[in-house]
Amino acid sequence: MEGTARELEVRVHGRGGQGVVTAAELLSIAAFEEGRHAQAFPSFGSERTGAPVVSFCRIADAPIRTHEPIAEPDALIVQDPTLLRGDDVFAGVGPDAYVLVNSGRGFEELGLGELARGFRDERLLAVPASEIARRHLGRPLPNAALLGAFAALTGALRLDSIEAAIRERFPGDGGERNAAAAQECFALAQRRLSEVAHA
Amino acid sequence: MLRQVEGSAAVAETVARCRPEVVCAYPISPQTHIVEGLSDLVRDGTLAPCEYVTVESEFAALSVCIGASAAGARAYTATASQGLLFMAEALYNASGLGLPIVMTVTNRAIGAPINIWNDHSDAMSQRDCGWVQLYAADNQEAVDLHMQAFRIAERLSLPVMVCMDGFVLTHAYERIDVPSAEQVDAFLPPFEPRQVLDPAAPVTIGALVGPEAFAEVRYLSHARQMQALEAIPDVADEFARVFDRPSGGLVHGYRADDAETVVVALGSVLGTIEEAVDAMREEGVRIGALAVKSFRPFPARTVRAALRRAKRVVVLERALAPGAGGVLSSDVRVALKEAPLDVHTVVAGLGGRPIGGESLRRLFADAGAGRLEPLTFLDLDRERVEAELGATALNGGSGTTVGSGA
Amino acid sequence: MNYQVDSFAVGNRLLEPERRSVQSRTDRANSLTCGHRACRGCGEALGARYAVDAAMRASGGQLIVANATGCLEVFSTPFPESAWRPPWIHSLFGNAPAVASGIAAALKAKGRDDVRVLGQGGDGGTVDIGFGCLSGMFERGDDVLYVCYDNQAYMNTGVQRSGATPAAARTANTKPIGGHQGAEFGQGKDLPRIAMAHEIPYVATATVAEPRDLERKVERAMELRGARYLHVFVPCPLGWGSEPRDTIRVARLAKETGLFPVFEAERGELTGVSKIRRRAPVEEYLRTQQRFAHLFGDPPNRDAIARIQAIADRNIRRYGLLDGARDRASELDSGGGGSKSDAKEEGRP
Repeated sequence: MEGTARELEVRVHGRGGQGVVTAAELLSIAAFEEGRHAQAFPSFGSERTGAPVVSFCRIADAPIRTHEPIAEPDALIVQDPTLLRGDDVFAGVGPDAYVLVNSGRGFEELGLGELARGFRDERLLAVPASEIARRHLGRPLPNAALLGAFAALTGALRLDSIEAAIRERFPGDGGERNAAAAQECFALAQRRLSEVAHA
Repeated sequence: MLRQVEGSAAVAETVARCRPEVVCAYPISPQTHIVEGLSDLVRDGTLAPCEYVTVESEFAALSVCIGASAAGARAYTATASQGLLFMAEALYNASGLGLPIVMTVTNRAIGAPINIWNDHSDAMSQRDCGWVQLYAADNQEAVDLHMQAFRIAERLSLPVMVCMDGFVLTHAYERIDVPSAEQVDAFLPPFEPRQVLDPAAPVTIGALVGPEAFAEVRYLSHARQMQALEAIPDVADEFARVFDRPSGGLVHGYRADDAETVVVALGSVLGTIEEAVDAMREEGVRIGALAVKSFRPFPARTVRAALRRAKRVVVLERALAPGAGGVLSSDVRVALKEAPLDVHTVVAGLGGRPIGGESLRRLFADAGAGRLEPLTFLDLDRERVEAELGATALNGGSGTTVGSGA
Repeated sequence: MNYQVDSFAVGNRLLEPERRSVQSRTDRANSLTCGHRACRGCGEALGARYAVDAAMRASGGQLIVANATGCLEVFSTPFPESAWRPPWIHSLFGNAPAVASGIAAALKAKGRDDVRVLGQGGDGGTVDIGFGCLSGMFERGDDVLYVCYDNQAYMNTGVQRSGATPAAARTANTKPIGGHQGAEFGQGKDLPRIAMAHEIPYVATATVAEPRDLERKVERAMELRGARYLHVFVPCPLGWGSEPRDTIRVARLAKETGLFPVFEAERGELTGVSKIRRRAPVEEYLRTQQRFAHLFGDPPNRDAIARIQAIADRNIRRYGLLDGARDRASELDSGGGGSKSDAKEEGRP
C-alpha cells in the first residue's frame, strides 16, 4: 500500500488581511467539488494585519493523513511581492515547482531573474491579481482572483470548481465579483502561458 | 453529509446535534471557533432549547456546567491550556460529583513561556482528575468522538474530555462526514441523570466526607474509570454499526501485528507516523504504529496485547514531565510490565513544533538500529541549550551577581 | 406602639396570620433543619434558616440551593447526614454563584420557570474567592438570588482575614502585634455597593437582629427575577470572641452604631433605608467582642476608635440612617473621642 497519494502540495504566502488563509480554504473546497480529498490550514502567528502569513493546501485522490506543514511545496502562491525581499518564501521549493506571484511586474523586474532560471519557464507566472481584483471588487483583495491564475498555471483544478468554491464561501454579490476576477485572471494566465510556450 | 469544512465548525455542529441544554463559552485560542460556531447555532434557533452562557472565566465555565448538569441538563464547554488549568479545581469537582459533562480540549502548550500552539501538556497535566480522556487522530474522529463522549459520559456518570490538537486539527479544513440530526438522535438518547437537583425529590449533593468514607468514594471513581474500559469499546462498536465507519475505541493498531518496531502515540501526529510507516514498509522495515485513543482510563491490557510481538517500542510524546521524562511512556512501561521490550521515549512537537515525516523516518531508523537513547528530544537545538546551560553554570545562582566569572 | 403586641417581634402569634413571620408558622419549610453542628449562637445558622425558609415560602417550596464551601456547608452536611431539606449542592469555594447560574440556565432550558435558585456563601466565598463568579452572575443578569452571610472573616479555616474584615479587627493573621492594630484601615470591599454598581434588580442588606426584616427582604427579592443580592450581617461568637447569647444584640449594635447600614436598592438606586432607632457609639459595639479588645487596653487606642467612629458617621451621612432619632452618642460623655462634637455636626435634622 502506498503512502498517501500526495498529488499536490500548495503553499500560499501573504500578509495578514490579504485572505491568505481563505485562499487555501478555497483551493480545498474546489478540490472537494471535484470529488477529491483536500486539506487546508494556516501556519499561526500572532494575528495582526500586515504580518507575514503562510497557509497550506494538500490535494490528493486518497485520504490525507498527515497534518504537518508543507516543507516542500509543489506549488507556491505569493500574494504579496514585498515578501520576496525578506522572508525565505522559496524554502523547500524544488525546480519543478509551480510559482505564481501576484504582481504586474515580471520576475526579472521583481529581482528574481536569477532565481527564476532555476525553475521551468512554463511553471512560472506573475499576474496583477490585485489590480484585477480592484476593478471587480473595489478593493485590491487578490486571493480569489489569483486562484483563477492558479487553475490555468497548474491545471490541478478546473476554473468552474474554483468559481463554485468562491460562490460557496462568499454568498451573493461578493461571490460573483470574486468569481469574475478569478475568470479574468484565468484568461490572462492562459494568454501569458501560451506566449511562453510559443516563445 | 460529506463536507469540506473546518474542524472546529464540524465539531460545533456535531455538538449542537447532541442537544446540549447548557453551553458555556469562555474564549481561548485555539478553541474559539467552536464556541463561536455554537453561539451562531443557538442564536439562529438551530440548537434549541439551549442556554448559551458567556462566562467570565474557564473556572466559571465548568462551574456553570456543574450546576447545570446537577440540575439535569446536558452540559458542554470547551477549553485548552491555561484555561484547563484555571478550571482544575472544578475538573476534580465534576468527576467527584459524577457529572457527565463533555468538554473539548483543543490541546495546547502550557506557559510559562506563553505559547499558543499544539502539544498535549494541558490534558496531560490533568490526567488524574478523574475525567475520561479521548484523543482524536483527525477531524472525522474528533467529530465522532464527541457523539461517543456524551454516550460514554451519561452511561458511566463521568465527565469526558475529547482532545483534539489545537490549530492542527481545529483550524484545518478537511473532508468530514458531518452527521445529520436524525443520525445523532438515533445514536444518542436524551439525558437521564443518575441523581438530580429537583424539589420534587430533594437530595444533598457535595457533602463533607471524612476519613471514614473518603477512600471508598475514591475507589468507586477508580472503579468507574475501569468500567469505562468496557464502555468505550462498546460505544465505539455501536457507533461503527450506526455510522458505518470505525472511530474511537481504546487503541487502533496500524500494521502493528507483525511489526518489530511499534510507534505509540496520541493525536494527529499519527497521520504522519502512518505515512512514515508505509514508506519504511516499502523498504522492508517491519514497523507499525499503535494509536492510543483512550488515555484515561489507560487501556493497559489492550496496549500490552497489541505490543506482544514487538521487539521495541517508540513512544512519541507531545508532552514532557520535567525531571521525569515522558508521560504516556510511563503508562506504556507499566502496561508492559516485564515484557522483554526496549521502550524509547521521544519527546517531540512541544509548543507546536512541526513533526516532519523526514525527521520521523530518521528517528525510526535509529530506533531500528538500536541507536536511540531511552529518552530523546526530537529536533532539539542542542547547541542552543548547551550554550544556555553553560552560561548559567558560569553565573551560578539565579542572577548575574555573585560568582559570575570571566 | 405596644412593643410586645403590635411589633413584628418574631414569633408573635398575636399578629394576623399574613403579618406573621415565616418562622412563626407551623408550616415553615425548616430548610436547615435540626441536627447540624453549628456553634452555639452561630449567626450564620440563624440567618440561613430565616433566609432559606423565606425563599421556600416565596417559591412555594420550589427552590434549589447552591452553597459555597464554608462554615454553613461544613456544619450542615457531614456525610452521611445532611441538615438540608431542599435540593442542595455544594461544589467549590469560589464558584457558588456560577453553580447557581448553571442551575438557573438548566431550569430555563427545561422551561421550569416555577423553580427558583438561591446561591449562598460566607464573606470569604462571596467577597474574595467567589467575587469573579459573583460579578459574572450579576452582569449576565442570571435569575439567581445570592445571599452572603457576612461574619467578616474566613471562619471555617480558623478566623483569617477576608476582604470583609473590618478595620482594627483581630484575626488569626491580623493580630495587633508589631505596632499593628489588627486589620488595616482603608482596606476591604463594600459588596453591597459593588452589587449596586452592577445595577441588578435588587440589592439589600439585613442583620439577624431584625429577622422579620430579613424575611421581608427575601420575599421582596423573590418577587423579582434576574440577579439579586442580599448581604446579611451575622455575628460569629467564636471568631469575634463575643458571647453566644449576645449574637442578636451584637448585630443590633452593628446597625445602631451605623457601622452596618441596613438598606435596599433597585437597579443601583437606593429605595429604602432602615433608620437607626437609638444611635449607639461604636465603642458600645466594639466592647462586645474580643476581636477589638486590644483597642481598650491601658491606655485605650482612642485614635483607632475615633477612626472607626468616623466610618460609622460616614455611613450615617451617606445612607441617611438617622432621622430625628434619639442620638445617644451625643448625650454621652466624650469617652468615645470626639464623638460628641461629631454628633453635633452629623446626626441632627
